[in-house]
This record gives sequence, C-alpha cells and structure tokens, in this order.
Amino acid sequence: MKFVHLIWSNLKRKKLRTGLTLLSVLVAFVLFGLLASIKQALSGGVSLEGANRLVVRQKVSIINLLPESYKARMERIPGVDLAVYQTWFGGIYQDAKNFFMQNPVVPEEFLNMHPEFILPPEQKQAWLATRTGAIVGRKTAERFHWKIGQKVPIQSSIWAQTDGSRTWEFDIVGIYSGRDKNTDTTPLFFRYDYFEEARAGGKGQVGWYTIRVKDPSQAAAVAKLVDQEFENSPYETKSEPEGAFVQGWAKQVGNIALITASILGAVFFTILLVAGNTMSQTVRERTGELGVLKAIGFTNGQVLTLVLAESCLVAVLGGAMGLALAWLITSGGDPTGGMLPQFFFPHRDLWVGLGLSLVLGLATGIFPAVAAMRLRVADALRRI
Amino acid sequence: MAGPVNWLSQVASVTKFGLLSIPQRRASVSAAVIGIAGVVAVLVGVLSIAVGFRKTMDASGAPDAAIVLRSGADSEMVSGFLRPDTRVIADAPGLARSDKGPLASAELFVIINLPKRSTGTDANVPLRGVENEAFAVRDSFKIVQGRRFEPGKDEVIVGIGAAGQFASLEVGNKIKVGRYEWPVVGIFSAGGGTAESEIWTDASVLQGTYHRGDSFQSVYTKLISPSAFQQFKDALTSDPRLNVKVMRQTDYYAEQSTAVTKLITTLGVLVASLMAVGAVFGALNTMYSAVSARTREIATLRALGFGSGSVVVSVMLESLVLALLGGAIGAGIAYLAFNGFQTATMNFQSFSQVTFAFQVTSQLLVQGIVWATVIGLIGGLFPALRAARLPIAAALREL
Repeated sequence: MKFVHLIWSNLKRKKLRTGLTLLSVLVAFVLFGLLASIKQALSGGVSLEGANRLVVRQKVSIINLLPESYKARMERIPGVDLAVYQTWFGGIYQDAKNFFMQNPVVPEEFLNMHPEFILPPEQKQAWLATRTGAIVGRKTAERFHWKIGQKVPIQSSIWAQTDGSRTWEFDIVGIYSGRDKNTDTTPLFFRYDYFEEARAGGKGQVGWYTIRVKDPSQAAAVAKLVDQEFENSPYETKSEPEGAFVQGWAKQVGNIALITASILGAVFFTILLVAGNTMSQTVRERTGELGVLKAIGFTNGQVLTLVLAESCLVAVLGGAMGLALAWLITSGGDPTGGMLPQFFFPHRDLWVGLGLSLVLGLATGIFPAVAAMRLRVADALRRI
Repeated sequence: MAGPVNWLSQVASVTKFGLLSIPQRRASVSAAVIGIAGVVAVLVGVLSIAVGFRKTMDASGAPDAAIVLRSGADSEMVSGFLRPDTRVIADAPGLARSDKGPLASAELFVIINLPKRSTGTDANVPLRGVENEAFAVRDSFKIVQGRRFEPGKDEVIVGIGAAGQFASLEVGNKIKVGRYEWPVVGIFSAGGGTAESEIWTDASVLQGTYHRGDSFQSVYTKLISPSAFQQFKDALTSDPRLNVKVMRQTDYYAEQSTAVTKLITTLGVLVASLMAVGAVFGALNTMYSAVSARTREIATLRALGFGSGSVVVSVMLESLVLALLGGAIGAGIAYLAFNGFQTATMNFQSFSQVTFAFQVTSQLLVQGIVWATVIGLIGGLFPALRAARLPIAAALREL
C-alpha cells in the first residue's frame, strides 16, 4: 500500500493522456452496457417460471385461432396441471404509436398460472367483481398516468362488438407489479367473459394456450402428447416450452439483432485495442525511471506489481465509470416506446463488465510489466 | 514572412517530416487508424440495413398504384371486405383498364409458419391469395423460374426473397398449410419489393382453406395516371355503400418502413457517435504523442523562422491523412462485408417477414468519410495548437 502514492504520481505524470485513456475505456464500457441491454431486450430474458410452462398455438400460424373447448381436453392429458388461454386484442390507445399488449383472460386461473404478476388481494377481488374490469402493469399505468377507478377506451383493430363499435371501454381495477426484474409489466389484461359476450365474431375461439406441467422434466413429453391429441383435427396445435417460444420471436426479428450485436462487439474490442495501446506506451516511455527504481533496490516483483497496478487502476476506474453511465442511460427504460419492454441492464452483465475491465488492465499491463521486470538496470539507465 | 508560396512550402516540408516519422510510431498510429476505421465501418454497416429495408419498401409501390383497406385498418391483416364491396371498388373512376376489365385485384393476406434457413426456427411468412389482375396491377411482376399457378388449383408461387430465406421453397417441393400440401410451381420477382417475400396462391383457394367465404382483405389497383388518385379516392370515400381507406401504395409502404428505419438509424447513429467519441480520444492521444516526440524538431524549425501557422496546418494535415486512411479502410470493410447481404426481419405492421438486402450506397460511403474527417480534425486541432504554442527556448533546451 505504501506504493499507492507512487502509482498516483505516475498517473498524474501526463494528466491529459491518462484522462484520454480513461475516457476511451469509459466509452467502451458504456457501449458494453448498451450492448448487454439490447441483447437482453431482444432475447426477452425468460424467467425461470417458464421452465414448467408450455405455449400452445395453432400449427399453421399464431394468427389462426383455437377453440376454447380445447382447455378441458388439454387438462385431461396426463402431466398437464392447468391450461389457460389468451387472445390477441390488437388495441390502440389514442395513437397507434402507444403500443402495448391487451389480452382477455379468465382472471383467477390466469393469476394462478402467472405468479410473476403481483396484484394486491383487494384489487384481485375488485377484478373478480367487475365484469368490465381490467388490470394493467405498472409500466403502462405510469406511462399513461392511469389511476385505479379510471375508465380507459381502447380501439381494437381486430375485434368489433355486436353493435359494430370497435371501441371497448375498461375500468382499471388493479395495477400489478412484476416479481422479477425481467417481468414484463406493460400488458393490460381484461376479462374473457366480457370479451366473449360482447364480440361480434370469432365466438368460442381463443388465440393461444399456456399450459403448466406437473413435472418440468416431462415438459417435452407433455408437449408431444398435446400435439398428438389434436392431430388431424381442423385445429392442429404446436406446443413448445415458453422459453423456446420467446426465443422464436427473437429469431423472427432475425440476424439484424445478431449483426448489431456482433458489430458492437467488434467496436468494443477496437476501442479496447486503442486504449490498451496507449497504456502500454505510457509504460515504455518510463523505462529509464523504472531502471532507477530498480537501481535503488526495488525487486522484480515490486516493479511488476507497480506497472500492473497502474494499468489495472486506469482500466477498472474507466470500466466502472462506463458501466455506471450505461446503467444510468438504460435506467430510463425502453427507448423505442413499447417495442422492447425488456430493455434493461442485467446485473449479471454488470459483473461480467467489471471482470472484463480487470482483464483489460491485466492484458494491457502484462507485456510492459514483464518487460520492465526483466529490465537490466544498466540498459535502462543507458537509455536516459 | 514571405508570400503564400513560401508558406505552402513550409507546410509541405513540416508535413512530410511528420508523415515520414509515422513508421516509428507504428503502434499508436495504427491504433488511431483502426479506431476510426471501426467508427466508419459501424456507421456505414448499420445504416446500410436501414437503407436496404427502406429501398425494399419503396420498390413495393408505384406512384400510379393504390391500395384500399377497411377504414380504420392500418394493415391488410386487420382489414376485410365482402365480394360486393370489391366490385364497387373495381368500378370506381380513375382505374386503368385492360381488355379483361378494370385493373383491380382483391386479395387475401394470411400468415403461415415456415422454418427459416438460417436458424431452423419458425417464422411468420406471408401467404397472399390473389386474383388474376394481380399480375397486371404490379407491373414489375415476372416469373423467373417455373410457371404461374393455375386458377382454382392448389398451387403456389414463391417470391424470390422468400425462396432464399425459408426452407423448402423450391419449385417441385410442397409446402404444408394445415392439412393441405401445396406444390410450389414457380418463383417470381417483383422489382425488389415486399411481394418478393411472399407466397402467392389463387384467392379462391385460400378462401376455401381458411373458411373465409367470399371475403377479401385488400384491393390493389392500378390508376390511369398518378394524378387520377384524388378522383379515385374521393369517389370511394364518399360512396355510402363503402367504409374504406384509400392510400397511394408509395405512402402505404413508406408508413410501414418508418418505424423500422427510424429504429435502426437512431441505433446506428447513437452507437457510431459513442464510438466516434472513443476514436477522437484515440486520435488525440496519437497526435499528442506525435507532437511530443518531435518537440525538438518543431522547436528547431521555429527557431529557423518557420511560422506557427504552418506547424498547426501540418499537424492537422497529418491527422487528417490518418483519419481518411482509417475512413477508407472502414468504408471498404463495410462495403465488402455488408453490401448485398440478404436477410429477413419482422415487419411488425404486417406481422410477417420481409426479406431484403443491405445496401451500402455511395451516399453512405461519403457520410462515413465525412465522419472520419471530422474525427481527424478534432483529433488534430488540440495537439496542433500545443505544437504551435511551444516556447522555443524551453523546447530547444530539451536537447
């Protein structure tokens, strides 16, 4: 610890260069943070809850509907614990740009299926008691400043009511929050019985099912049984674990995401290269001073540590500041206004980033440090 | 000081001096060049995605073509008409005619799951049911392999983009739609537009398969001329029998592409700006060390009577040369790696896949070089000023 002062003086030796190096490391790690958040947003961070859940959709396409009567048939299949359905409502609130999902569900069993949505018990009671009641996630409620008790008109692009109107009115009776950080709290859920009675067409048909299996290790086998059950019916199904379903969506967006990610990766390493080069240059310039240090009795190990500590200090300091800045930037949430509800900086990647910054410090410091350690005092002093 | 010729020769000699010393500063110079190359490559690469996507959308609609949807529908997916409505639309004034009647094609639009070649996972592929006029309405339509489907038969033709991106879409293969198997009998191109991402079949076949009765989702029309649009639109929107929305195809597709292009462009510019900041630091570092390595030389020249202006200009020139080199490398990499790269992504408006190719246009390359120039100028300016302000006596004493 007595050398801290020495390291500090070395850094202060060329303040401008240290500052610039620090800043370029900082920029690299801001990029890293954004990259991690974009990746998170696109892969949709599937919660562990998904391990025992299957998504069942119509085989031809998810836009094709399935009969509501499949619920009872699914629940009779061995290994199936519970089956619930949702339907894509395709609603617009005020402006098409205000995108969020709204689906009709059967309240009690839906909340049972999704313990990751946390709804206060009295609000749940209110939902069960109000036919036109809807619950909405915290994010969307905050976005539109919705309060409990408010009436919200939503225009459906798909579903007309029996009187021909496409404007549906819901009473906000509850605001749910997410149990985990990656729980999506943008959707609105309203009651299926209200929907079923009021809609003009498609009666008795629903969008897709979520199944909870009794034993997660049997999930694949149960998915197969479900598809077999409905084989050769007019509505054949395709069942897959919730995780695979979400990943499938990410893959639909396609290699655009992959390309963006790999470009950002390349950028990250380019900047590291630039920063690393400057850091080793700093050490090379001081060969003479290092010779003096050795001449006055510093051991090889001490010289090595001194040089490494300096490069690590710059890297970790720049890295930590960059990650903190990225954290700040991403804490504002989804920059696209609804398209990427899962946009946030995952904790895990924060630690990965810190680890990387340390690796950067070691990698850029190690060659000059070893060179400094091997330096013969006479050679070094001759260079002055 | 002597005239401009003398000044120029001063600049030239100091610059030459700087450029010749580059090999000695290989590591730091190449780091700066790579940094700038990276910025340009990323900027051009990411923006080429947006340009390619937009180009595909723009190529989809002609100025003398219109699309009719149910009023309130913002895509074909949620639109709907019955047969009588489509007849009224086909009779409207302003429509171009062939010997077989007005150029209006009532169409159906659904989605089927097909595995993507690149990932092997299901993707939403658009399946369109068309009437015979569809081929005349889209004048860029061309069969490139095989033949058209026969009306009323369970056959499909496949857009050239879809054939490249989704598995088993080849002439002679069959695609499975529910319990039906339909043979692929042809592959078509459509001037680079979105139709190339689609699978087409006869509208009546699709109506039967999807139990749609005699209903459609959109009507594609060709007008006598681009200026006939207003007349056509007014006639339909004022018709009490109809409740429709009429758009120029160019506007319809432009609307669909704005969200994606804006997202990609914002992302690209944001990332490139961040990188540019990093690259400026890299360039600054390089030029500062270039200046400090030559402190004595610069001071000697100044003592010999070289002006501080020529020193400033020459340091900036050196930085600019390095930046342009980096910019050229970056633009070259972007062009080789991305131009013409075929891919498919989700178009959220139509809820289905659009295939398109990345486009590295000359405007993008110029934009990249402009960025490199700016980085080079900023990276050179401050070190140049330092060089010019060197106190001559003190610097010479460093000898």
